[in-house]
Amino acid sequence: MSGIIIENLNVWFGKGRDRVDAVKNASLSVELGQSFGLVGESGSGKSTILKALTGLAPEWSGRMSVQGVELGKKRDKEFFRTVQMVFQDPYASLHPRHSVDQVLTETLMLHGKDDVNGRIIRLLDDVGLGPSFRFRYPHQLSGGQRQRVAIARALASEPRVLLLDEPTSALDVSVQAEILNLLTDLRAEHKLTYLMVSHDLAVVGHMCDESAVMQHGEIVEMLKTDDLRRGHAEHPYTKHLLESSAGYVAEDA
Amino acid sequence: MNAAKTNTGRQLLEVDNLWVKFPTRNGIFDAVRGVSFTLGQERLGIVGESGSGKSMTGRAILRLIRKPGMVSADKLSLEGQDLMDISEKEMRDVRGQKISMVMQDPKFSLNPVMTVGAQIVEAYRLHADVSKTDARKKAIEMLEAVSIRDPERVFRSYPHELSGGMGQRVMIAMMMIPDPQILIADEPTSALDVSVQTSVLRIMDRLVKERGMGLIFISHDLNLVSSFCDRVLIMYGGRVVEVCDADKLHEAKHPYTQGLLNSLPRLDRPQTHLQVLERDDAWRETESVSGAK
Repeated sequence: MSGIIIENLNVWFGKGRDRVDAVKNASLSVELGQSFGLVGESGSGKSTILKALTGLAPEWSGRMSVQGVELGKKRDKEFFRTVQMVFQDPYASLHPRHSVDQVLTETLMLHGKDDVNGRIIRLLDDVGLGPSFRFRYPHQLSGGQRQRVAIARALASEPRVLLLDEPTSALDVSVQAEILNLLTDLRAEHKLTYLMVSHDLAVVGHMCDESAVMQHGEIVEMLKTDDLRRGHAEHPYTKHLLESSAGYVAEDA
Repeated sequence: MNAAKTNTGRQLLEVDNLWVKFPTRNGIFDAVRGVSFTLGQERLGIVGESGSGKSMTGRAILRLIRKPGMVSADKLSLEGQDLMDISEKEMRDVRGQKISMVMQDPKFSLNPVMTVGAQIVEAYRLHADVSKTDARKKAIEMLEAVSIRDPERVFRSYPHELSGGMGQRVMIAMMMIPDPQILIADEPTSALDVSVQTSVLRIMDRLVKERGMGLIFISHDLNLVSSFCDRVLIMYGGRVVEVCDADKLHEAKHPYTQGLLNSLPRLDRPQTHLQVLERDDAWRETESVSGAK
């Protein structure tokens, strides 16, 4: 069974003259337990695909399904139990006046879970924070710790699929390494399916089995990670991204 | 890979034992602790993680640390003139004219209710005694110099009408117009996409080569710094822990630098787990390495 299937997805905003086609005719499929990457520059539509999946983009056409369940206009509770999202900026995605305990309690109650107390302790343990962090507020946490809380919140509903929107781009490289390791372990432990958005080819290469390269709302190339590592890209845009990711290349004098 | 070394002969800036302190409820916090380096006509990179004091170093050189923050240095001299001794009024002539700074995000550094052109003209006329028409002409030339295709249109537009890359180029144009000797660029490309990043870097590269400017390039991106700069200072906990030639960054000796390099995911080296940086308290305690040439 496939984890996520997207077929001929179009997403647009506005209408008439102001219509912007953010995603054009995108198709991809992610096997259960697989990790799939979406790469591209800002405005290429990679995050919009995640938005469309979670029902945050009102106007779209095409077909989407998650774990064999066809998605319609509205998402039900069961959907949000299966699919959860981790956002880019842990400084913006946590309520500044809610303690870690409040954040997790609220999420667990919303999903109708019992044994809230035990679950919070297990969740914090899962993301490597430990019980001493339970009653802290976001300003008492570092960027990496905040992102761990955001991941714990996403795990609260025991999801099968995690949508990761640039989960480490706001973090330092040493902290990025810790968070990526955590995500790798969690995927193995909970048998999760990942759909990960990033602008960093090296991060996607590290985390994902396969990736789609996007430009101007279209998927221009699908790449297995082995090909990415060997630099076997066909499309000129992918080649250009690969070159730029290696660092600064001076002009020919 | 690395461009031809720029001429590092003339010494532009000399910093000796620079400290930046902030009083807090729990005593004094030292953001920068005894940093020393010199800058010639070269591209000097300063790398480090957030909180390592790299931006504070850049700001301290321009005396932009606001009270109650305190800056002290044994020597902070720009071509022989000690910047610690001069008055705030004289300092204003140094800022922009002799030393310019480009910040990380054009969104927060440009005035949202003024056209780009008016801002550039204003910055120029503060330092040079020229007529409005001449200033305008020069502004458009400068916009052209930073590879903006339609300078007349950009001159008339407001910051929100520009993309991130264009905004950053406008910032650089504005900083370059008084022809400064030193440019301090604080994460100038972190908010930009990779392809735009390359073109912004090329512009700065050209300015260093053609005008013999000194560039201090502050960044957290190790790959970028090692491929773009001539020399690199690595900062940790307010101190410089290592100084090395940029193209030899990958042979760095300090465990912190090595740790940072190893924690980067790499396409050419598959691994299930990334190496995690183990911090050592001793790094904080050791004296700063001097970045003087």
